[in-house]
Amino acid sequence: MFIDTLLIGLSSGAIYSLMALALVLVWRSTRVINFAQSGQAVLSTYIGYEISLSTHNYWVSLPLAIAAGAIIGSLVDLLFMRLLAKRGTSGPIAEIAPVIATLGLLGLIQSVIGLIWGNAFLQYASPLSAKGFTFGTHTIPFSPQNLFIVIAAAIVLGIFGFVFRFTNLGLALRAASFQPEIAQLSGIRVNLVRNIGWAFAGAAGAVAGAVITPTSTLSPHSLDLLFVSGFISAVIGGLDSLIGAVVGGLVLGVGFAFILQYISSALTFLAGFIILMVVLLVRPRGIFGQKVKRNA
Amino acid sequence: MNSGLVVKNLKVNYGAIGAVKDISLTLTPGELVAVIGANGAGKSTLIRSLSGLVAPTSGSATWKGSSLLGKRPEQLVREGIVHIAEGKAVIPELTVAENLALGGIWRGDKSDVKLATQESLTLFPALASRLQQRADTLSGGERQMLAIARALISRPQLLLLDEPSLGLAPLIIEQIFAAINQLRMRHGLTVLLVEQNAMSALKIADRGVVINLGEVVTTGTPEELLSNGQLREAYLGI
Repeated sequence: MFIDTLLIGLSSGAIYSLMALALVLVWRSTRVINFAQSGQAVLSTYIGYEISLSTHNYWVSLPLAIAAGAIIGSLVDLLFMRLLAKRGTSGPIAEIAPVIATLGLLGLIQSVIGLIWGNAFLQYASPLSAKGFTFGTHTIPFSPQNLFIVIAAAIVLGIFGFVFRFTNLGLALRAASFQPEIAQLSGIRVNLVRNIGWAFAGAAGAVAGAVITPTSTLSPHSLDLLFVSGFISAVIGGLDSLIGAVVGGLVLGVGFAFILQYISSALTFLAGFIILMVVLLVRPRGIFGQKVKRNA
Repeated sequence: MNSGLVVKNLKVNYGAIGAVKDISLTLTPGELVAVIGANGAGKSTLIRSLSGLVAPTSGSATWKGSSLLGKRPEQLVREGIVHIAEGKAVIPELTVAENLALGGIWRGDKSDVKLATQESLTLFPALASRLQQRADTLSGGERQMLAIARALISRPQLLLLDEPSLGLAPLIIEQIFAAINQLRMRHGLTVLLVEQNAMSALKIADRGVVINLGEVVTTGTPEELLSNGQLREAYLGI
């Protein structure tokens, strides 16, 4: 039972990690919490759904949904955020305006989805079974699709980790998010690099949407709760740290699974906020947050 | 008039303090000119407008005949104009090696990047033994060295240096200025050095330009400027 619960927790935690990663990527480079992230992810998932309908192949639709997520992320930056940043001077309005804009964008994306696909619950099916693995007579609640979710998340996190740590692009991404002006003066094309960050974030959200949706249904709001969990995970992890996002996601996923299993399903959502409060009280900068104050 | 840095009637609105009202100056290639002035005289704003960080209201600025204005900083770096910002302009969260790499990752000629990195480390051996440390573990002087070393890896022709002495001990300032002087001798760099520390700057400068409240007060050789008692008292603070 313990192992079962742990596995389920890892599976949902992996998804939270992806969502948290998407939020952290944008936050680090723009100081904006991208509330449109769940909208971007669900739109990418609808695109994957549409492709799977015409190709009858989930494995074809998955990479295309991810590519769509990257393009959507890049467009959100180019068409909205960059314009706002250009107009914004200093002061509270300049800081708040982009966040409000992402909220507006979320509503816009979800309405457009409603117009195109309606608000019905759709099935984006994966060929992998959603029934748990069976050992002898014991069936565990961890299915091949759950296993795939964990593997997919691990691959994405591995790729991101590699890119950030070992490539010039990763170095440019880090430099541009830590100190944009110095990066610029070193010759880094900060706007381009930032846009790539948005694309990475969009792709991470799209992976989350496209691998989790086959375990339930697809609707304009089907990823909203995932966003909340991803956000809590990101904050637990310190909001600035990619590793923190991953650890935060896993902590939350496993925490939820155990509360669901051993206490009550009614408590899971409340538990998310309790975990958040405890972390913020004990360690206000999050588990992996930097002590050093950065110049935004 | 196809050579060097030519700034004509530059005007930059930049808040109430530190604005540039009307500045004209000329640097011939290979020259080291020190721009001297108090806090808020417009020194930083001048240099920031030359490197593309702020947009001037009017006036012109050309390097070897082509205009600097309206270009992004990263573009100007590619054209050989490198601005080393005020206050030990390194990225503290990155290692020394990563900071150095930033100056060259966008360059096509990788073998020259390697060579330039070697040269920088020879010039500043203190950095060579700290390559894997985070830049925030360095002393102030070492950070300034790192900022200069990174700039060199971009193979600059025109170096815009903003207050390299800021917050450093006199002995370290001497070292840094000696290194700057050595660099421009060796590479034929043109250097626009903005400084509040007039004494140190004028020691290595070919010419000095004194600015106050966004305008040029006077210009001359270091000897001329330093021998003018009134000037020393009013603007140089020495």
